Amino acid sequence: MAQFPERPSPWGGLGAILDTPAKRWTAIAVILVAMAAAPFVFGSYGTVILTNALLYVLLALGLNVVVGYAGLLDLGFAAFFAVGAYTVGISTLHFGLNFWLALPLAVLIAIIAGVVIGAPTLRLRSDYLAIVTLGFGEIVRITARNLRETGGASGLIGIDSPWLFGWHIRTPLDFYYVFCVLVILGVIASVRLANSRLGRAWLYVRHDEDAAEAMGIDRVRVKLAAYIVGAIYGSIGGAFFAANLGAISPESFSFRQSVLILMAVILGGMGKIPGVILGAFIVILAPELLRDFGDLRLLIFAVGLLLIMLFRPSGIWPVRSKR
Amino acid sequence: MTIFDIFTNQLLNGIVLGSFYALVALGYTMVFGVVKLLNFAHGELYMVGGFAGFLLLSFLAPYLGPGWFGVAVSMVLAMIAVGFLGVVIERVAYAPMLSAPRLSILITALAVSLVLQNGMLTLTKGQYVPFGAALGFGGVRLGSLFISYNQMVLVGVAGALMLGLELFVSRTQYGRAMRAIAVDKDMSRLMGINVNAVIAVTFFLGSALAAAAGTMAGAYYGSLWYFMGFLIGLKAFTAAVIGGIGSIPGAMLGGLILGLLESFGTQLPGVGSEWKDVFSFSVLILVLVFKPTGLLGKPEQERM
Repeated sequence: MAQFPERPSPWGGLGAILDTPAKRWTAIAVILVAMAAAPFVFGSYGTVILTNALLYVLLALGLNVVVGYAGLLDLGFAAFFAVGAYTVGISTLHFGLNFWLALPLAVLIAIIAGVVIGAPTLRLRSDYLAIVTLGFGEIVRITARNLRETGGASGLIGIDSPWLFGWHIRTPLDFYYVFCVLVILGVIASVRLANSRLGRAWLYVRHDEDAAEAMGIDRVRVKLAAYIVGAIYGSIGGAFFAANLGAISPESFSFRQSVLILMAVILGGMGKIPGVILGAFIVILAPELLRDFGDLRLLIFAVGLLLIMLFRPSGIWPVRSKR
Repeated sequence: MTIFDIFTNQLLNGIVLGSFYALVALGYTMVFGVVKLLNFAHGELYMVGGFAGFLLLSFLAPYLGPGWFGVAVSMVLAMIAVGFLGVVIERVAYAPMLSAPRLSILITALAVSLVLQNGMLTLTKGQYVPFGAALGFGGVRLGSLFISYNQMVLVGVAGALMLGLELFVSRTQYGRAMRAIAVDKDMSRLMGINVNAVIAVTFFLGSALAAAAGTMAGAYYGSLWYFMGFLIGLKAFTAAVIGGIGSIPGAMLGGLILGLLESFGTQLPGVGSEWKDVFSFSVLILVLVFKPTGLLGKPEQERM
């Protein structure tokens, strides 16, 4: 009899440790309390860094759907991040749109961009997607730099912070909690997706595209779905990023940004949510710790990425022990 | 300037630019043809080649002078050095991954490219480095068109290198082995071809051509930057796709076409030079949509 490998869990082996509902709820409660209390422990500078880390967790969760679940390499993820940020910036500044109306608009535009880029290239070898997304990332950045509406090289400033039911989301602490909620929603959506019919289709396509197609899975549609989910995460992250900082410029959305998000996904362990969260925190916190190294930081990251790929392709997060 | 002058000037610019693209695209297409790998680090080898040429020239200039002879010797030495670097990269980073999932090898190639790029960033502290060649400003005037000797030599050397490569691939035993591996690697091994050696030669030649382009770009434009390989890598890939990836004449044709498209494209109303890169990436996406096999490529059999 053929031995069917067990379906990988998006929790990356956490399920084996937290094997009873009581343990799980305790773990969830501990995490929630820690998230709520963190700003009071780490102070105001720490809160800003943590907010940035949470933004990266959100972006990395989105890229993880593309890279970790569907097995596609996206090198221009910052483009969707930029689309979200610029849509909110332009529609609130130039058209006076409310943030909460600009947000769905941003997501819609990101989806359209995802279809325009993804639909033709996903039919081809998966290598092409990598380089086309790289080109797309540059197109978006250069366009943002050249247009008058996007504020050119200096970008947009004075983007209003949003109101929610009489609560003006304004201080770094407010935004920290907003990003906490976004990350929690992002994790839930990501787990639900992994366990859905679509999630199983991604797994199948990732392992054997031809076999998947023979079983009736439309590989182009399934891959496009992953790419679009990634676009949605990226644009939501970008929208709140713009609202948080109040100012955006093209250089926030460079190739380096795409690479950092990709590193977050791969370093921690692609396809595994705890790994992705760990990766995002490493990418954000390591520069704080390696501050003295200056330019060497990126080299250290790059060497780390190479070593991970050569010696531990499943990432830092421990591989589940065989039961 | 009349329309005709603009036309001839842009034609010249396009041919010069296209020569760079074609040289780098050749490496992409050869590696892709033989090992089916999209070598992201290829653009960085162009950058490293430029810096290697610079370093060699600064050692050799006191003996050979910073003129044509010094640059030529530096270029040949840089080609050999970077050729070996390409082989080392293949051995260390790619060879262990060739049987791994495609995603892993793509990420590994990206990691190699980031190591080279950020390594150079650390060494140069992100500064532009003047190349230090002194090639003079002479040239030939044809009506209103001025063709410098530099441009002539550059296009001539690029053409000679491409011709040499084409002869190598079509006439020598190694070339025949490369073509055999491109068709069927496992069968070639069964036929007694030393596949690893041929892959090493492929990487050596591709990297050497990139280094030649890098050194010439340094001498021609006058300065080097750690990030210069990024854009040309993308453009050269575009050129390889236009010509049909895996096809050597296709890479030359694609490079020339992209160079001309760029230099004429920026003359179109509404497309200033600040939109040049957007223009070429849009060309890439359009080619992939409408003719993914390129002009001279063979139809793709395998899909993944």
